[in-house]
Amino acid sequence: MIEIKNLTKMYGHFAALKDVNISIGKGTVFGFVGPNGAGKSTTMSILATLLAPTSGSAKVGGYEVTEYPHEVRKRIGYMPDFFGVYDQFKTTEYLHFYGASYGISRAEREQLIPQLLELVNLSDKQDVYVDSLSRGMKQRLCLARCLVHDPDVLILDEPASGLDPRARIEMREILKELKLMGKTIIISSHILPELAEMVDEIGVIEHGRMVAQGKVADIQNRLRVKRVLHIRLLDRSEELAQRLRDELHVSQVLCDETGVHVHFGGGDAEQSALLASIFAAGFQVISFHEAQSNLEDVFLEITKGGGAHEFA
Amino acid sequence: MNLRSIVMNPVLDKEFRLRMRSARSAFTVLAYVLVTGLLAMGIIYVLTAGRGTVRVDSETSRMMFYALSIAQLVLIAFMTPALTAGVISGEREKQTLNMLLTTQQSSAAIILSKLTSSLSFMALIIVATIPVYSIVFLYGGVSMGQLASVFLFYLFIMLLLGALGVCFSTLFKRTILAVIMTYGVGLAIFLFTGLAYLFALGIDQANYYGSGAPPRPYSWVGYLLGLNPAGALISIFEPSFSNEVFLVQRSNLQATAPIQLWQQFLLVYSVVIVLMLWIAVRKIRPVRAKRRSKRSDASVTQAVVMHSEADSQEGASTTSGEPEMMKKVEREVGKEQE
Repeated sequence: MIEIKNLTKMYGHFAALKDVNISIGKGTVFGFVGPNGAGKSTTMSILATLLAPTSGSAKVGGYEVTEYPHEVRKRIGYMPDFFGVYDQFKTTEYLHFYGASYGISRAEREQLIPQLLELVNLSDKQDVYVDSLSRGMKQRLCLARCLVHDPDVLILDEPASGLDPRARIEMREILKELKLMGKTIIISSHILPELAEMVDEIGVIEHGRMVAQGKVADIQNRLRVKRVLHIRLLDRSEELAQRLRDELHVSQVLCDETGVHVHFGGGDAEQSALLASIFAAGFQVISFHEAQSNLEDVFLEITKGGGAHEFA
Repeated sequence: MNLRSIVMNPVLDKEFRLRMRSARSAFTVLAYVLVTGLLAMGIIYVLTAGRGTVRVDSETSRMMFYALSIAQLVLIAFMTPALTAGVISGEREKQTLNMLLTTQQSSAAIILSKLTSSLSFMALIIVATIPVYSIVFLYGGVSMGQLASVFLFYLFIMLLLGALGVCFSTLFKRTILAVIMTYGVGLAIFLFTGLAYLFALGIDQANYYGSGAPPRPYSWVGYLLGLNPAGALISIFEPSFSNEVFLVQRSNLQATAPIQLWQQFLLVYSVVIVLMLWIAVRKIRPVRAKRRSKRSDASVTQAVVMHSEADSQEGASTTSGEPEMMKKVEREVGKEQE
């Protein structure tokens, strides 16, 4: 559904994007991850026909964005990272305006808009001026605007930025619903845990270059992100921590009131051997488990050292 | 499709609604009419001061009309850039432009709707000043035709300044820069063309009388004043004004100006208006569709259909086959184009 090949964007001598390649299939939710200024918004702006690339190709639904922008616009719903609203419009008027701008007849809009407002939980705000909505509500209204012409692709640039935890959860639930509707979604976010739950694939971009792309689990495997083992003992936690610091494959040991946290570089067999050695040493173990490594770990691992790891 | 939907596109509809909901619009009309009224009273005072009785004849009435029309022209020159030079950059600053640009509205529709909306509001303001002109009609000396001509001329001036404002608003990201540029070019049109005429007139007269050259039908200097709105407006009031400006020799067989000042003004600035709007339409979107042949378009459509089919066959999670598919599609498009 989205095909980006060797995409480059130069601002004078500064390369905002360098030979970026991304391939996203239909119905995929693609998390676009990277630090500030990495090139996420630039890539999204090019896909949204708002920026011309210096070289390379970007296609949405088979249409090249620079050659068929009109066709591309029909197929995308774009939500920028920062956006304004027309304050003197009521919520329904706002959606009517965008619906009409996409050529949807008034009769169709009359049916569609209540459904959209229901989807984004704003049904009770339909006669309210946009000005009086909270930031979270405005974000959801903007998402409803993206959906007004039923696009195949949603390009969402930091849709949850600046939202309080509750509003963020609401936004995440709506995005899950959109995923179930079969929309292809490309979404960027700084808050990685919120992406982890819903994305099928991630792309990590740094300094304008893609440094990793694929399923989160695959990237974790390829990166061999270190496991973190949590061990709780009945007593002698400090003693165990001291002992584990000398163990093979152990890079770091922390001890606090919740137990011993071990950064472990070995595989399953080594992990099993470690547990056996703890028992053998007479420690009374309450629990021994591996903490789930998440998108944050992957991101930190990839981006440490200025994108030293590069993946095909 | 009803008449309203044909005439009113969504952007124009939005502009009208938002503008008329703002309290600032009502205050603007009020302030403008007040200023025009005060100017009219000032003009009446100046024209009748020093006389024992306040008696207005048709000649004085006509002078009042001319003075009021010129004053209104200056007010329009101040108001129009303020109303139009922020229409695109303002949307950019409010961060609503990008969302508007990703809709199906054409660049021309966005630009022309913004311009039409601003000029309609300006026209509303001008119409609101008609009661002020009624003072002039009390004493005669001015025909309805003249009044209509002057108002049509105002519309043209608003269109000119509006086109400049919209163009600069598109080219410059910040409204303040667009406003400064529009006022700057407006000043050049209103002031520099007049000064250039006076300067050129002095040089031309000195050269002509100093050289003892043979009589000529007219002088070229008139063309300079034909670029000035005030010159064009006066030529609408007094058709003989163009002859005087072009220094037409009465003794010569061709005893008329080569062109009326207002006609030259309309001709030259019509080109400017079209040029400014064309630039604005070209520049509002950084990505514009490239012109392609119908055959090429048909082949891309066919390719896209194949792409969609391939997508749906591959299912939601599989992406590995896509690059191959697209290469195949591109090869086919290439063959078609050859």
